[in-house]
Amino acid sequence: MVIDERPAERKGVPIDFEEDIIQRRPVTTQTGLGGEEVPLHRPAIAEDDNVVFTTVTNLVNWARSRSPWPLGYGLACCAIEMFSAAGAHHDLSRFGMEVFRSSPRQADVMIVAGTVTHKMAPRLRRLYEQMPEPKWVIAMGNCASSGGEFWDSYSTLQGVDTIVPVDVYVAGCPPRPEALFEGLLRLREKISRGG
Amino acid sequence: MRSTEIRQEDTLVDLPVIESEEGLETEELILNMGPQHPSTHGVLRLVLKMSGEKVVECIPVMGYLHRGLEKIFEWRTFHQGIRYADQADYVSNMLNEHAYAGAMEAIGGIDVPRRAEYIRVIVDEMSRCASHLIWLGTYGLDVGATTPFLWCLRDREEILDMFEELCGSRMNFNYYRPGGVLYDLPQGWLGKVERFLERFELDIDRDYMRILEGNEIFLERTVGVGTIPADVAKAYGITGPMLRGSGVDWDLRRDRPYSIYPELKTLTPVVFPEGDAFARFKVRVGEMRLAIKLIREAIANLPGGAMRARLGHVWKCPKGEAYYTVEGAKGEVGIYMISDGRSPNPVRAKMRGPSFNNLQIAPWILRGRLVADVVAILGSLDFVLGEVDR
Repeated sequence: MVIDERPAERKGVPIDFEEDIIQRRPVTTQTGLGGEEVPLHRPAIAEDDNVVFTTVTNLVNWARSRSPWPLGYGLACCAIEMFSAAGAHHDLSRFGMEVFRSSPRQADVMIVAGTVTHKMAPRLRRLYEQMPEPKWVIAMGNCASSGGEFWDSYSTLQGVDTIVPVDVYVAGCPPRPEALFEGLLRLREKISRGG
Repeated sequence: MRSTEIRQEDTLVDLPVIESEEGLETEELILNMGPQHPSTHGVLRLVLKMSGEKVVECIPVMGYLHRGLEKIFEWRTFHQGIRYADQADYVSNMLNEHAYAGAMEAIGGIDVPRRAEYIRVIVDEMSRCASHLIWLGTYGLDVGATTPFLWCLRDREEILDMFEELCGSRMNFNYYRPGGVLYDLPQGWLGKVERFLERFELDIDRDYMRILEGNEIFLERTVGVGTIPADVAKAYGITGPMLRGSGVDWDLRRDRPYSIYPELKTLTPVVFPEGDAFARFKVRVGEMRLAIKLIREAIANLPGGAMRARLGHVWKCPKGEAYYTVEGAKGEVGIYMISDGRSPNPVRAKMRGPSFNNLQIAPWILRGRLVADVVAILGSLDFVLGEVDR
């Protein structure tokens, strides 16, 4: 028996794809996962001639937020989890962010994955300065966020935010690939808000 | 915050002018590789002095990941140190923990229950597989193959899932304790391991060997490249798969036995005499196959009983010192520990990281090589910078 869940006025009528199927797709949030709905200025869409009304800022932010390319800046243990995230099992390319660049000049997001030592800190700053605007930084793991378990070490930086501005902190030692995804999606949310 | 301004190394040395045969004046070129470079496997920096395509001299610059682990060992209690031993070789964490816990047991004279030793062998060998899988995948990337990376991580994820079920963490497990391990095996865990091993054994033959062993590009990049003769390997203090790839039959599991390895009948070290990058590849793949056999034998003989020795509520390490070695995934992992019998912390815990000793050969092995081979040779050394810099 086929259960017809359509509204009363559509019952009995042959199923029309446009009317009945497409209209009933679940509404997803802008961020992709079930996070809070982002209060965006929704563009008004006229259906017949496909004209989109929006502001340039909204359009640019939307375009930027879709597929930021990370700089594969693996430093320590977190780098292995970052590679796992890019691997087949977790598959970062589902979110369009799997294009790890080796050169900072082609990257949008710097994922600082691992412990930053005092010897590495000037290089990190230089890599950040080599990235073109607009650019964002994700501090992956406890070491990059706040020093983590090396809080009393004589040679590590206590949080990468002492030398570069950080947009998203991902906690964990090392964070699971899912946690990195969450961080990247939060960053996407932030970019689409114009951050 | 302390000042992060560090003086740049002075690389502006006088370069000799070389007259080529055509009468062109050429100069030696200094090429900086790293510390941010995808094929140095971390944050190694190489200063290469080049003459055309040839490497004249190679100076490895280390310390970009120096976190002061050995000093931190002195500031933490014996139990807390296990967690920091994880961080040294972060690809095969269990083996470092084994060395650290083993040093404590050697000082304290603790008898480890047999079940704990068998569990340790199982997790050690799984950790070795995880490490070699990461190496195989990234080495494939180094020489230009993307598929092995995806396949290797697929199998590694399964190992990590099982570790997660065992001790709640995917990496940095904190699983070893003096006198045993933290948790007993969960129910149904061994069945999962056996099912994984069956599939993994097939994967090695069907996927990794088929895509790499007969691959002409892979053979061209590795066969006869980066050859280390046996006497040079011994002179540089190289251990582990690199030494066995040079034809030296030396495996700590058999030659300086620890844990219950002497009781395992399937333990036969994998040795290949050629000494090139391809031999090292064969050794590591052979070690994965050997690990499968060892895990199966350990599961078949797994005894019951406690998984941790009773040490009382607060265990105090007696006075003494010990050096405990484990055959790690990269070579001899050793911890030299001194305890004064009063302090809750070790007075000194020196770590012998195999990657550091194995990396010593890089200047020797890269001299006179083409710059394209540098990546293929460096990848075959299989070092982890966390262990090099510590």
